[in-house]
Amino acid sequence: MPQTGTATILKIFEADFGGIVEEWRGTQVEEGVRRSDLFTDSESRAQNIELLKAFLTGIRSGVHEQDFSFEDTAWEDLRAVLADLTKERVSRGVTPSEMANFVLALKTPLFSRLATELAGDTDRLIAEIRLVTRLIDAFAIYTNEVFIAEREQIIERQREEMMELSTPVVELWDRVLTLPLIGTLDSARSQEVMENLLETILQRQAEVVIVDITGVSTVDTQVAQHLLRAAAAVRLMGAECIISGISPMIAQTMVQLGIDVGTVSTRSSIRTALADALRKVGYVIEKRDAH
Amino acid sequence: MAEPQPDFLHKILQRIDLKTGKDAVQARQVVARELKARGVSALRVTRFATAVSEIARNVIVHGGGGHFTVGLNAATSYLDVECRDRGRGIPDIDQAMKDGFTTAGGLGRGLGGAKRLSDRFEIETVPGQGTTVRMSAKI
Ligand SMILES: Nc1ncnc2c1ncn2[C@@H]1O[C@H](COP(=O)(O)OP(=O)(O)OP(=O)(O)O)[C@@H](O)[C@H]1O
Ligand SMILES: [Mg+2]
Repeated sequence: MPQTGTATILKIFEADFGGIVEEWRGTQVEEGVRRSDLFTDSESRAQNIELLKAFLTGIRSGVHEQDFSFEDTAWEDLRAVLADLTKERVSRGVTPSEMANFVLALKTPLFSRLATELAGDTDRLIAEIRLVTRLIDAFAIYTNEVFIAEREQIIERQREEMMELSTPVVELWDRVLTLPLIGTLDSARSQEVMENLLETILQRQAEVVIVDITGVSTVDTQVAQHLLRAAAAVRLMGAECIISGISPMIAQTMVQLGIDVGTVSTRSSIRTALADALRKVGYVIEKRDAH
Repeated sequence: MAEPQPDFLHKILQRIDLKTGKDAVQARQVVARELKARGVSALRVTRFATAVSEIARNVIVHGGGGHFTVGLNAATSYLDVECRDRGRGIPDIDQAMKDGFTTAGGLGRGLGGAKRLSDRFEIETVPGQGTTVRMSAKI
């Protein structure tokens, strides 16, 4: 191996940092990975400079005998800058390949400068290019990992939000409430839903509550237990509970599970449940002759 | 315990670590998606997804967490699921399979129900070492 790795590349950076930034930005434009629609010119220049400075800091003290690991403290600047930049870019809709190419575009200005600097010394040129390639490839891969982790976090957050969709208790008529359940009914959420329901029964002096599970895809023993507990609590408050929206699929599955709904009324649709509920509180639905 | 089917999980489609209730939901959803994509009727999808939900939740609630693997057995056209944990195991499996038996205040219908909702079902458990359930739905 001809002399230690980073001296030449550091020299190149120090000689013309501004020039490298501009050429890097130029390559990004050529490759179509500079999103002028998403970032203003000065914003993207500032990002490029910050990122390149952090990369340079890492090269200065984080490469030992051609070896480096982005987990080392020498690279913590880069990690921090990248975390911020990625967050921003993900939220503005940049894709992972754009992000990787954005980093890979750095090869162009560095290779051309290395070629000039080491003209005539092919062995060293190849060795230097090999090192720079490894550094930048690793940089791009690391960037992608950060990017994917950030996206996964967003997905996870959205998933949580969806699972916690607020479950409104709706007053359908005098003393008739409905609770349309959607999604997954885990223990934490079912506790919340139940408290809200019992509170509303009290406020509205409800006599019938329709718990509609049309939007619940799976009723396993846990969900069934939550539903039956809710029905029991409703009854303790002096109201009646009707569970509606039990599809034929769910009905058959519940039978196989051996779930006994006991005295809880069940209806296949919210429509029949509503007709029942109205009758119970003393109303009849009547069709007018003329229609 | 019966030997596992020779081609069980012949081609693995996905693995999920089972740690929280959310992972059980994901496992159930993956199974539903795979069955639906292979033209299995909505009723059979619901049945097997519910069975998987039971077993995956048992891994989390009773087994201290574990692993879910879903795969295909192309030769016999089954969708295979394995749920495995290294928890305390089940001392009396016949008793545990009985409807109504629970040590955790549940309905005690998960194990028996999952067996009835699957086309193939086998459970292997060693007290102190863990439990493995292998279950399949015909495609
Ligand atoms: N993976 C496991 N590890 C250890 N024990 C288990 C495991 N799976 C089931 N058991 C034991 O078997 C019992 C019966 O399980 P089953 O799923 O039928 O009912 P449950 O989980 O108690 O209630 P649920 O009806 O909500 O499923 C459990 O209470 C538990 O003691
Ligand atoms: Mg169970």
